[in-house]
Amino acid sequence: MDGETPILDVRGLTIALPAGADRRLAVDAVSFTVRPREIVCLVGESGSGKSVTGFSVMGLLPKTLRATGGQVLLAGEDMLQATPQRLRELRCTRMSMVFQEPMTALNPVMTCGEQIDEVLRAHTTLDAPARQRRIVDLLGRVRMTEPERMAAAYPHQLSGGQRQRIMIAMAVALEPALIIADEPTTALDVTTQAQILELIKDIQRQFATGVLFITHDFGVVAEIAHRVAVMRHGRLVEFGPAADVLSHPREAYTRMLIAAVPGMAPPARAPAGLKDEVLRVDRLAKTYETGGWLGRKRSVNAAAGVSLCVRRGETLGIVGESGSGKSTVARCVARLVDPSAGRILIGGQDIARLAAGALRPFRRKVQVIFQDPYRSLNPRRTIRQSMVEGPMNYGLGAVPALERATALLDLVGLEAGALDRYPHQFSGGQRQRICIARALAMEPELLIADEPVSALDVSVQAQVLDLIEDVRRRLDLAILFITHDLRVAARVCDRVAVMRRGEVVEEGLIEAVFLEPRHEYTRALLAAAPGKDWQFGALAAG
Amino acid sequence: MLAFIARRLLATIPVLAMVAVFVFLMLRLTPGDPAAIIAGDNANSQQVAEIRSKLGLDQPLLSQFAIWSARILRGDFGESFFFKKTVTDLIVQRLEPTLALAIATILLSVLVAVPLGVIAAYRHESWIDRGVMALSVFGFSVPVFVIGYLLIYVFAIELGWLPVQGYRPIAGGFGPFIERLILPACTLSVIYIALIARITRASMLEVMNEDYIRTARAKGLGEATILIRHGLRTAAIPIVTVIGIGIALLIGGVVVTESVYGIPGIGRLTVDAVLARDYPTIQAVVLLFSFVYVLVNLAIDLAYVFLDPRIRY
Repeated sequence: MDGETPILDVRGLTIALPAGADRRLAVDAVSFTVRPREIVCLVGESGSGKSVTGFSVMGLLPKTLRATGGQVLLAGEDMLQATPQRLRELRCTRMSMVFQEPMTALNPVMTCGEQIDEVLRAHTTLDAPARQRRIVDLLGRVRMTEPERMAAAYPHQLSGGQRQRIMIAMAVALEPALIIADEPTTALDVTTQAQILELIKDIQRQFATGVLFITHDFGVVAEIAHRVAVMRHGRLVEFGPAADVLSHPREAYTRMLIAAVPGMAPPARAPAGLKDEVLRVDRLAKTYETGGWLGRKRSVNAAAGVSLCVRRGETLGIVGESGSGKSTVARCVARLVDPSAGRILIGGQDIARLAAGALRPFRRKVQVIFQDPYRSLNPRRTIRQSMVEGPMNYGLGAVPALERATALLDLVGLEAGALDRYPHQFSGGQRQRICIARALAMEPELLIADEPVSALDVSVQAQVLDLIEDVRRRLDLAILFITHDLRVAARVCDRVAVMRRGEVVEEGLIEAVFLEPRHEYTRALLAAAPGKDWQFGALAAG
Repeated sequence: MLAFIARRLLATIPVLAMVAVFVFLMLRLTPGDPAAIIAGDNANSQQVAEIRSKLGLDQPLLSQFAIWSARILRGDFGESFFFKKTVTDLIVQRLEPTLALAIATILLSVLVAVPLGVIAAYRHESWIDRGVMALSVFGFSVPVFVIGYLLIYVFAIELGWLPVQGYRPIAGGFGPFIERLILPACTLSVIYIALIARITRASMLEVMNEDYIRTARAKGLGEATILIRHGLRTAAIPIVTVIGIGIALLIGGVVVTESVYGIPGIGRLTVDAVLARDYPTIQAVVLLFSFVYVLVNLAIDLAYVFLDPRIRY
């Protein structure tokens, strides 16, 4: 592979940010290459400039961003100098892009076949029957069963993985020399992700394509990359063969990033002991019904026959893919939705059917940390207002409420000065700390963490997980931890329940479930985790 | 789908029934006596009483309502007190001018407003965008009758290009028909152009930020294709909603415009009937209007299905 002319040669690419941004340059003198038949992973945390780099190749930069220096050579031709007309000709014929979220990246009102057809119509002179044959052939090549039916379907009728296959079929329709994949598996479930990664590797071999794969996930990097480019704050930190970068990172930042990835093997934990039960869920079920007089009636079993128990001082993880019902269970326990059947015992009392008034004392005992700290704090209220509101609702005076808020901010590692600021003035990690402090201000007995680190970068993720662990130990809290990420579960949970299609398929101590899974679904989940063969947890920072 | 349409049409029955009760009571409970108006200023009380009994207005309210609704169910809307014709004939006669005006207005509005909105969105924050927005504010703020008289003054009186007012049925030739329709349709469409252009622009601006627009660009499609096929089609739902509401609201505008331009349509009929306390006519017109509202709403819902495959009834 060495010595071949690169298909993509980025030289000193510099992209300016609009005035008033937090830094001057989105991308600062970045250089790297992608050779034919090679997958180069561009890795970095949010704001590192990795996606902007990808968009600049396609000529798809938003109007506010401007490339101010360097070259982006696609087979020797500088894309930064190309006219809009030339860029249009090259898109999909020489370079294609696969986007992160296939639901929003596909037009919802056109069939998948029409959307692929557009590419063929724009760039070829094929007649309609020939294009139709080509579409069916392409869908077969991205491993879709029943290609004709898929071509006639609308995006919303397909699953996430199927949609991403459509995107990939569209991208490879004209066998481009370069595919830029911008976080193509981030929005997908882990088993689907494994299939799509396999497909991308396969396509890249089949079509001899160079792939620039943009990701934040080192597991994915370990799975598919030939070479890795690490970016931070718009600069290229490190660039080299994947094995070298992953096992012998030269730069401290790369080492820190890799060390922050939790390992798949659960760390040894002090046994929690058999303390009193805080939460017992008994044959919980939730059925959603839609439709009625003017529509067809549909019902969905979001959860069925779920039984769980969490004791003081322990963390029970619920893992599963999207639609498995894990969040439904969390919402039922917090009584944010009403369960259809079953019992929810908090400290021995059943709250599954309590009316709003009678529920009030229990609301304090169960607190929730949500996934997206950007949206779960009211943007128009200061941190002080958000934090004292709950305790004061339960009768605490203004002065002690403020004292408690200050103490908790200190506990989660924020200064008291944070109290008078607004949520937008904090980073994602800081906001999630605030959300944790806000939940703790209610002195709960049970903390429900619903994907609390999924929206965070990996280095921040590690800190927030440490914080949750620390809080549990210090306050002897019971935690119900919902996550789709097995690595995260391995890191913080004492016990884990695996859910699929509304049912718990396996439950047990974390070591038992992860190291000797009994259910085939658990085994499939563990097998699908990207980079599972890589000993991420073993590499120490330093 | 057919079942949905059938259900929706069935659902209009209770709506119309409620409207019927409401209109009936409103008319009877407001002061003013149609018999006195028909009899004229010189009639004595005995003559008025005779007319009243002839019209059935001396009966108790409940039996008046029973008689009236029984007739309506047979499709008989009664005879106009004032115009001395059956209400059905009256409405049929007046329908063509109003329909012609309404269709011309909506066509004109959509044909002008949608491209304006699309261009404004495409050239967001350019002088074209600001120009369209300024026009739209103007269109909202100037009353219909002011625009009407202004247009008459400029185009009919000063320039003499078009007739001042009046109406010719389409049967009498397309030329004279359309000639007399241009000014009223322009007058009436100003506010709809303002409204629809604004909504089109807002809706397009939102859609053009969607991921699939970026995908369309990444496919190497031309800007016009992206704008129309990917942009406008998904942006169409709010636009269609507003056009539908516009059609429903048109009725109010028609009343004024028909008066300004002397067009013998339903709008004028409504005004005359109200002034003459012509109960049968008012009742029939209001029922007709509410039936049109319901049909327009049904049409909008069906348009959604056509525009967005994710919506299914």
